[in-house]
Amino acid sequence: MERAISFTLNGKPARVTVDDERMLLWVLRSDLGLTGTKFGCGAALCGVCTVIVNKEAVRSCTVPVKDIAGKHLLTIEGLSKDEHLHPIQEAFINHNAFQCGFCTPGMIMSAYAFLLKKRQPTRAEIIRYMDDNLCRCGNQNRIVDAIQEAAAAMKGKAAA
Amino acid sequence: MKTLQLEDDVNATANGDLSRRTFLKFTGTGLVVFFCTGPLEAWQAAAQGVPPTVPPTYTEPPKNTVPTDFNAFLQIGADGRVTCLVGRVELGQGPKTSFAQFVADELAVAFDSVDVIAGGDTDVCPWDVGTFGSQSMRILGPIVRGAAAEARAVLLQMAAEQFKAPVERLQVSEGVITDAAQGKRVTYGELVQGKRIERHLANVPLKSAADFKVIGKSSQRKDAFEKVTGKAKYTGDIRVPGMVYARILRPPAHGATRKDVDTTAAEKVPGAQVVKDGDLIAVIHERPDMAEKALGLIKAQYERKETGLNDKTIFDHLVKNATPPQVMKESGSLAEAEKLAEPFELTYFHSYGAHAAMETQSALATIENGKATVWAATQIPFILRDKMAQALGFPKQNVRIITPYVGGAFGGKTNGQNCAEAVRLAKLVGKPVQLVWNRAEDFQYERFRPAAVVKIRSGMTADGKIVSWDFTVYAAGDWGSVTFYDIPNQRTTAVPVTGIAWQKMDTAGGLHPFNVGPFRMPAVSTSTFARESHMDVLASKAGVDPVEFRMRHLTDKRMRRALETAVKQSGWKPARAPSNQGIGVACGTWYKTYVATVVQVKVDKSTGKVQVERVATAVDAGIIVNPEITHQQIEGCVSMGIGYALSEEVRFSNGEVLAKNFDTYEIPRFSTMPKIEAVLIDNPELAPDGIAEPPIITMGAAIANAIHDATGARLFQLPMTPDRVKAALK
Repeated sequence: MERAISFTLNGKPARVTVDDERMLLWVLRSDLGLTGTKFGCGAALCGVCTVIVNKEAVRSCTVPVKDIAGKHLLTIEGLSKDEHLHPIQEAFINHNAFQCGFCTPGMIMSAYAFLLKKRQPTRAEIIRYMDDNLCRCGNQNRIVDAIQEAAAAMKGKAAA
Repeated sequence: MKTLQLEDDVNATANGDLSRRTFLKFTGTGLVVFFCTGPLEAWQAAAQGVPPTVPPTYTEPPKNTVPTDFNAFLQIGADGRVTCLVGRVELGQGPKTSFAQFVADELAVAFDSVDVIAGGDTDVCPWDVGTFGSQSMRILGPIVRGAAAEARAVLLQMAAEQFKAPVERLQVSEGVITDAAQGKRVTYGELVQGKRIERHLANVPLKSAADFKVIGKSSQRKDAFEKVTGKAKYTGDIRVPGMVYARILRPPAHGATRKDVDTTAAEKVPGAQVVKDGDLIAVIHERPDMAEKALGLIKAQYERKETGLNDKTIFDHLVKNATPPQVMKESGSLAEAEKLAEPFELTYFHSYGAHAAMETQSALATIENGKATVWAATQIPFILRDKMAQALGFPKQNVRIITPYVGGAFGGKTNGQNCAEAVRLAKLVGKPVQLVWNRAEDFQYERFRPAAVVKIRSGMTADGKIVSWDFTVYAAGDWGSVTFYDIPNQRTTAVPVTGIAWQKMDTAGGLHPFNVGPFRMPAVSTSTFARESHMDVLASKAGVDPVEFRMRHLTDKRMRRALETAVKQSGWKPARAPSNQGIGVACGTWYKTYVATVVQVKVDKSTGKVQVERVATAVDAGIIVNPEITHQQIEGCVSMGIGYALSEEVRFSNGEVLAKNFDTYEIPRFSTMPKIEAVLIDNPELAPDGIAEPPIITMGAAIANAIHDATGARLFQLPMTPDRVKAALK
């Protein structure tokens, strides 16, 4: 059903009038022009479309847009303020935790949600949490290093 | 669909002619012409979806060839910023960074002042064969270094004239030329002054390794900021006014013919347009997911073709139907040697593999006023341009391919089927059309790494010396098939692979039931798996430690050094296998890169699951341009190597590809990754060789050998899935 749906997008009020069964990923990418969130599998199997809804990581390719009405949505575009990068982004750069970069936004958003729950995770905990985020270039070990560094950098600070 | 003819280009680069020929021509007749504005801004705009008119940077020769006019590679702005243009694309392997390092050192400018346009645009970048074969450093590297070195020499000469000083007295650093004796200084930007300078200098020597400031260092990746902020644009992120998204109706299996179709329901979706053109049925819509939804409403009946082929019967089929292999190398006399030592034969199998880049095949095509602009996720922008021009009946200068960031490729973006479809649809509907394949299409229309069979018949004397080696590879190609071990009597038979041979081997050639194509180090992983597994079989038979056994048959100094280095790094404890340590070794080489790998595995005997715990790999690839990026490439090879070794298999039945998404095709995950210790053997005076592929080739055999060492079970087929491991344990 086509209707207006209001939510908070990267800290600002947003409203779209769309078929509310459409998946959030496509509304973000085509209606809202936010292409940082990627399409990889369409079935919540790869994690490249991960965004944050009310502090939880969700696979936007399988979340109908009606489910985010009234909620807070954070995408990769909302993570850094101007040129000021979030500690997770800084850590990804420090560790070169990317190659082609296509999975990177999803990795960073997943890591963000994880660090909200678990401030000082162990390596094993990071691996378990991140295991369904796929990276074909083979940067997993670097991503674990980056998340650990980000956790240390964020110690005592609010995650956002 | 067959759209590409890679033969000439691939042959030219594969045997190194391109590099040598063009480099000589280049240094002999280089003409310095600087244009000071344009390409960077034009490309940046194009990468955001605005194709502006671009001032010609050089006159492209009628026959495709790497330009000799080095202005095609380098531009110095009035502000002193340097733009380096290369036809190699950024797939994640780092050309935006490594080419900036080359230019910074040879031109003597700051690394931060160099912007690299990597492959992005056929109207802006100099012609290039494509980004494959780990050739960017080896072949294009020296050409770009030569361009920068010549430019530096010319600028110094110009400064000397301006200062009225001998050129030998001048110093240059970070784009500033100084004459200390007179206290004068001038920047490159001031010298060039937006003017056109024509001058050439022949035979300018390249800097030696001792003088490198940036080459050999882990400079910060130039793509970092854009990639961590979501600002990096990939083909599917490009938006142009009036564009629509397309989805194409696909048969359920290769070889299936459509009997009946009903598009009524799809046509009723608001905003959807069904496009029919011969066999092509597609839906376009202003929203990609709505196009997908409408496509799902099309009812179609198909008749499938019974081929009897599936992932189990394929190997017999390949051996029976393979193009007759030819002798690649023969020495000594197998017949005589087989009298000395009773030979035995073992057969090794490799299943079909998929590239499965995170970014699926993507293109956006616009056709306006007899000119086509196509954004494409491709490894071969220039070849694609020529093919699209051919398909459209346009002169090639009226087709422009723009390649923004590419989300992984690994050999899988060398075809262009998706691009041709986007162009066809754009022409049909008269609007810009974006076509991003979904994951199932991406698997279905893969050009798979070919399934293959290798037979090795070998004989060894009682003292543990291999005297005969008869190696035949079916259906994969010849690369990596000839052994580097010293065996007096040997023969290698294979089907040589050139670009066109991929097509002879695939569906059209009647051998493989699917299209096949290059996959990160084509054929070499397959041959290396067989050879290095077999070396361990022989070592065990001889009762000798596998490393010691290899060394006895090895005189190649670089290979010995690589093996010694990997063994040392791993802390290898010599023993006859199986030793219950769960360690395995393998060696391999391609072109002039040498790799030796030691892995440690843990095998769960009840489930058959193998966990690779540690990988120590030594790589000798000549001069290392950027150690950090090199490490990343090795880690990528280890990951993808574990994938093809343990889990990645394209299952199929009668033309239906059963790999449809990441639940039916298992690629490595966080929990798959071992501790990786890579040792780069630096040979600073050797030209840089390829690094993006060679470290993958040893993974299959090293893991197979480690499984054998852990359990005593020998596996002959990749991938070594839990079921196959359990079966081998019985």
